[in-house]
Amino acid sequence: MSRSILGPFNRVEGDLEVSLDVEDGRVRAAWVNSPLYRGFEQILQGKAPEDALALVPRICGICSVSQSAAAAAALADASGVVAPPNGARACNLMLAAENLADHFTHFYLFFMPDFAREAYAGAPWFGPVEARFKAIHGSAAAEALPARARFLQLMGTLAGKWPHTLSMAPGGSTRAILPAERVRLLALLREFRGWLERHLFGDALEAVGALDSVDALWAWLDARGPERGDMARFLELARALDLAALGRSPDAGRYLSHGAYPLDGAPLFARGVWDAAAGRLDAMDADDVREDISHAWLGGSAEAQPPFAGETQPDADKPGAYTWCKAPRWRGQVVQTGALARQAVDGHPLARALVADGGGNVLSRVVARLLELARVVPQMERWVREIVPGEPFFAAAPMPDAARGVGLVEAARGALGHWLVVRNGRIHNYQIVAPTTWNFSPRDAAGTPGALEQALVGTAVEDTAGMPLAVQHVVRSFDPCMVCTVH
Amino acid sequence: MNVLWLQSGGCGGCTMSLLCADTPNLMATLADGDIDLLWHPSLSEASGAAVVDLLEACIAGAQPLDVLCVEGALLRGPRGSGRFHVLAGTGRPMIEWVAALAARARYTVAVGTCAAYGGVTAAAFNPTDACGLQYDGDTVGGLLGGAYRSGAGLPVINVAGCPTHPGWVIETLMALALGDFDAGALDALGRPRFYADHLVHHGCARNEFYEFKASAEKPSDLGCLMEHLGCKGTQAHADCNQRPWNGAGSCTNGGYACISCTEPGFEEPGHPFARTPKIGGIPIGLPSDMPKAWFVALAALSKSATPQRVRANATSDHPVVTPAIRHTGLK
Repeated sequence: MSRSILGPFNRVEGDLEVSLDVEDGRVRAAWVNSPLYRGFEQILQGKAPEDALALVPRICGICSVSQSAAAAAALADASGVVAPPNGARACNLMLAAENLADHFTHFYLFFMPDFAREAYAGAPWFGPVEARFKAIHGSAAAEALPARARFLQLMGTLAGKWPHTLSMAPGGSTRAILPAERVRLLALLREFRGWLERHLFGDALEAVGALDSVDALWAWLDARGPERGDMARFLELARALDLAALGRSPDAGRYLSHGAYPLDGAPLFARGVWDAAAGRLDAMDADDVREDISHAWLGGSAEAQPPFAGETQPDADKPGAYTWCKAPRWRGQVVQTGALARQAVDGHPLARALVADGGGNVLSRVVARLLELARVVPQMERWVREIVPGEPFFAAAPMPDAARGVGLVEAARGALGHWLVVRNGRIHNYQIVAPTTWNFSPRDAAGTPGALEQALVGTAVEDTAGMPLAVQHVVRSFDPCMVCTVH
Repeated sequence: MNVLWLQSGGCGGCTMSLLCADTPNLMATLADGDIDLLWHPSLSEASGAAVVDLLEACIAGAQPLDVLCVEGALLRGPRGSGRFHVLAGTGRPMIEWVAALAARARYTVAVGTCAAYGGVTAAAFNPTDACGLQYDGDTVGGLLGGAYRSGAGLPVINVAGCPTHPGWVIETLMALALGDFDAGALDALGRPRFYADHLVHHGCARNEFYEFKASAEKPSDLGCLMEHLGCKGTQAHADCNQRPWNGAGSCTNGGYACISCTEPGFEEPGHPFARTPKIGGIPIGLPSDMPKAWFVALAALSKSATPQRVRANATSDHPVVTPAIRHTGLK
């Protein structure tokens, strides 16, 4: 058996180290280390509650708006304010713009370039994939980056800029949309729809969103082959490499979603925990979350704590610790989160079928993101049309001197929660549980590994310049955001 | 000109912002500007040992290093060990890698306020002992020390901003590639003057409200954000309202205050970000270069002269009174 320490990973957001025990060419055990600590939870203590809106987006440059959304939701929960209909739609548009841009960035810039590496030269699918997806030099980098930049022009109008807007507030949006701007937003969405339909899907968004089984997915590929578009290119190589068998999480058959894009009292995508083995949707309550610090370089209670009572005290010398990341658990269980979980919890037939077929794996995680691009753009078009110029976008409400609030939202990478305690008009405690905190959790006190740690077990390791490609595929299939993970 | 880009105690948002550059093909723009990415954490193919080998080759001098870009603050803690960020796969604190690479670089560029001055990562009691490359807040020093000069003889170039505008980064790199960049191109805080010699106020779409001191009273109001909502655009150095963000935006266009994110120490303003601190009803932070007595006198005069249209629109989220239509010719 040999132990190897892998890093730095790139094309993930932030820094990441993975240690592997390898036996007979397969991973026997994995340990995930989030090697960067910044201390946002310490920084936020003592601030005015609304200052969270300026500080938390700066936890993460790629999930900035989702951090804002969670803070705004926690503050709204504490103050009781409800955003007016226009404001709720504007905030959904901001969050959706970021989430979809992240899915898009992940596919074109972070994930696919690994299949354009020399190691795959000679594979029957390689030529066009290399031309399209080669890091920096492929045609996708040339075409997808400007398409992404154009799509994010939504944020220029809706939110001043991206990342790090202050437009998102507990009472809605600080930026009213005027009639001409509403038309411009719709035009930008139509442009992005057109790009996706021409290049990514080779099909109407609605047709992709209507794929309802694993058989339907492969039939869709076979109908026009890999020439159809970039998703079909991926599906072709995924079938050839059997990516559905790679990166499975055997003991993590639970999929968490906080529910996404609330409107008029209900989320567009449902909240809950999908138990794949039981075929059952469980309720998700903020009180079901505990964070364990047994293997993190953090001091405090040995017992897993609810986030309202959570502490964050760095202790770099703690014995037995191997990461700055806490280990969040839902009712004591490891869960995974992200687009696959969001769509499975919502009951989308393809997502449910992929999970039933092979659980979370490299194929299903990537397909779910693309599915979500197809499903959410039409909703964005609807929200823009539903904006009523002249009606308010913002409602003011005083923040009580003492309050608690929880903000549960869905970032691109999954469930993001902020737990806020206000005392004497100041932030007394602020705890953040981010999507990659769930997915890249370390072991808990019982020694149960986190979702990625489980998913890496059994991976065949052929050494490629010290960093096995299969390991990279598994890691990147989660679209990790390491700066959010520890914050 | 090659560019090595590293990230440490920050959020990666300056890279994400860079990828929003308003250009038909960012990769081609960089290539046309003679900018070759030696390695970038979000864009490059290489991971793991290949990256570590590259960094070591740069330090050894086997690989010439033209530009070292650092994004994120440098974390010196705990207790000077740098262990709050040990570069993955190396067992070595990032501050050691950065110091060794900066000693070899022809130019060293701090991308964003974290890398320049410490930024948000250094907020509150600065739990990670974060600092900038050559500044600790507004004090010269930081990781590399005040005496540091890169191979070309320049101090660290502080492309400050939280995040940076894509244009600030691209134009700085292009100017370096052209050989057009010397010490005179930097302001007193090491920022490129091409964007830092402006004020955010310049070109602000709310300027008519400013002129008449017609102020927003709550978020989403159209009026000037200076009097009540914390805006520092009349003091903050940047051209944010002269070059659009994401096609059409800026902070003040987004309905919220400029928080002076290009400035050392912006993360700890000493007051809630979106509330203007005042003494006797007068904002403490007056416009740059304006004597207080003049400001007070002008504010009183302009408030008394505010047109009804401006006054009404200032506290609405959309224009409720439109400008009068007038013949402007001489007949």
